[in-house]
Amino acid sequence: MVRVISRRLIQLVVTLIALMTLVFFWLRSLPGGPVDALLGERATPQTRELLTRALGYDQPIWVQYGRFLKNVVTGNFGNSIRTGEPVTDVISRAFPATVELALGAIIIAIGLGIPLGYLAARHRGRLLDNATIIVTLIGISIPIFFLGYLLKDWLTQGVHYFPPSGRISTGLGNTDVTGFFVLDGLLTREFDASADALWHLVLPAFTLATIPLAIIIRITRASVLDVLDEDYIRTADAKGLRSPTIRKRHVLRNALLPVVTTIGLQTGALLAGAVLTEKVYNWGGLGTLITDSISGGRDYPVLQALILLAAVVFIVVNLLVDLSYAVIDPRVRVQ
Amino acid sequence: MPLLDVRDLSVVFDRKGTRPVKAVDGVSFTVEPGQTVGLVGESGCGKSVTSLAIMGLLPRRGNRVTGEVRFSDVDLLKLRPRELRDWRGRDIGMIFQDPLSSLNPVIPLGVQVAEVLERHQGRTRQAALREAKELLDAVGIPDPQRRLKEFPHQLSGGMRQRALIAIALACKPRLLIADEPTTALDVTIQAQILTLLKELVDNSGTALVMITHDLGVVAGLCDTVNVLYAGKVVERAYRHDLFEDPRHPYTHGLLQSVPRLDVDRGARLHQIRGSVSDNIPWSEGCAFAPRCDRVIDDCIGETVPLEPTRRAGALRCTNPVEREVAV
Repeated sequence: MVRVISRRLIQLVVTLIALMTLVFFWLRSLPGGPVDALLGERATPQTRELLTRALGYDQPIWVQYGRFLKNVVTGNFGNSIRTGEPVTDVISRAFPATVELALGAIIIAIGLGIPLGYLAARHRGRLLDNATIIVTLIGISIPIFFLGYLLKDWLTQGVHYFPPSGRISTGLGNTDVTGFFVLDGLLTREFDASADALWHLVLPAFTLATIPLAIIIRITRASVLDVLDEDYIRTADAKGLRSPTIRKRHVLRNALLPVVTTIGLQTGALLAGAVLTEKVYNWGGLGTLITDSISGGRDYPVLQALILLAAVVFIVVNLLVDLSYAVIDPRVRVQ
Repeated sequence: MPLLDVRDLSVVFDRKGTRPVKAVDGVSFTVEPGQTVGLVGESGCGKSVTSLAIMGLLPRRGNRVTGEVRFSDVDLLKLRPRELRDWRGRDIGMIFQDPLSSLNPVIPLGVQVAEVLERHQGRTRQAALREAKELLDAVGIPDPQRRLKEFPHQLSGGMRQRALIAIALACKPRLLIADEPTTALDVTIQAQILTLLKELVDNSGTALVMITHDLGVVAGLCDTVNVLYAGKVVERAYRHDLFEDPRHPYTHGLLQSVPRLDVDRGARLHQIRGSVSDNIPWSEGCAFAPRCDRVIDDCIGETVPLEPTRRAGALRCTNPVEREVAV
């Protein structure tokens, strides 16, 4: 187990170095750049040159690259071109918001997806199953931003079931401990703030959850049906075990294997969905930061750091998936 | 009173959008307590489906099961699924063809043996595991204490089948149904498993229904044999009678097809021409007629009845093999 993890960590480092290199050169090969973006078209050549030199972009590109690598290794991602703040500050402010949103979405997707998929499989071919198939098809097909605006329109306008945007109501000043508003409220015993943050979280998390939810339902359903056809389920029946025992002990665990893989892949994909969801609900997280950093000033340092962060999250999630595989399936443990 | 009395059992596969198929067609046979009865036939003759129907293990969707399966005078087909679960594993055990896929890959072996004891004999997990260890020992699995914690993929094929036998016999059932228990194993292991089965049923007095396509298995194990063809019993006889004097041309053909050591190396192996799919419906004559060497006009036209013959045997043939013709 330790060997597997250490091997994966080495892979992580190699992947990150390769990715950093690609990102560095890709960003700089794009037409335009931070200087153009910051100064606009009518800037004089003198100002342009001044800024270019100030930002260090007059150096040969491999010098820039070397400096970039050195900084990354020492944990220094530079300052944001747009705001001048250290990149780490900018990101650590936005990171908890997105994690809170993504966690909410994943909890919804797993918490609803596995039971619903399981129920659909048990009612195979009957009304519930058919309804599930149709609803999940819609869930997979509907664009996030469209669903987001739709839910916002139905549930926050006129009838105020949910707040339309933001992470917490203004005036409910909660103490910042971790940056996770729901958690902070619990830690500081400001339960009203916690509840309010949770209330703000419901719609965005559900919006972000739709696609993974639909996919998890489908995979769970298919996987349960596969397992029900397995010989060992027939053996369990031949033993005379009661149906609930068979379901809990024999069906569920085997059926979860493909579902866990799917959860891992979908968690990675959440980041893409978060960009749209955050836009719709005005949720100041990484998604917002990415779009702002591209459109408003080509903020190389912030973008580089964000992409690296996304890669790390993706790789770590996949590592966790592999480890949970080993927990569920003894056949994986041996290798 | 027979322990198991199967009367006129039929199974029709009837799925939406396909033509109904009669997989088992009015099969009747009995098993006395402690007796070993063989169901023999080639792939597709309905022997496995018969065993699954007896156990109530056929999916209810798409299958129509009719007839009676009287087990100690209770018709198992009339029981509700929940009630049948009380019988399975306790009074009737079953072992299957492929021991690897028949064991749950993610559950330790010990639990898979223990759970049947917990279910039917009200044991606690601990007590059941202690008993499971003894059971594994009894079926010849070495180092059973360690095996309890192992998973099926860590065992050899033979050991897996031994484990399945331990599971099936855990509650000392009165009947054991073995559906091709040696097909997935290599030859040396086959012999070991058969010897083990024979020992266990002899010592415990458990009756055994042995389902196989292998006449060698029948020769070594069964008291009486039912030969199935296209869903019907075509011949039933004591083992000795069947091997000495096969009456049905199909049985005869099967016996002729067994490779022998006492013929010339170059000699061609006998084979029954055609395949199972070359048959006619039983309602229009003998299903075996298109492949039969002894076919006569009387074979076609109407259903050939199963008629009693020598020593509690039975035969479904209009032109049976005479003793002189048999080799």
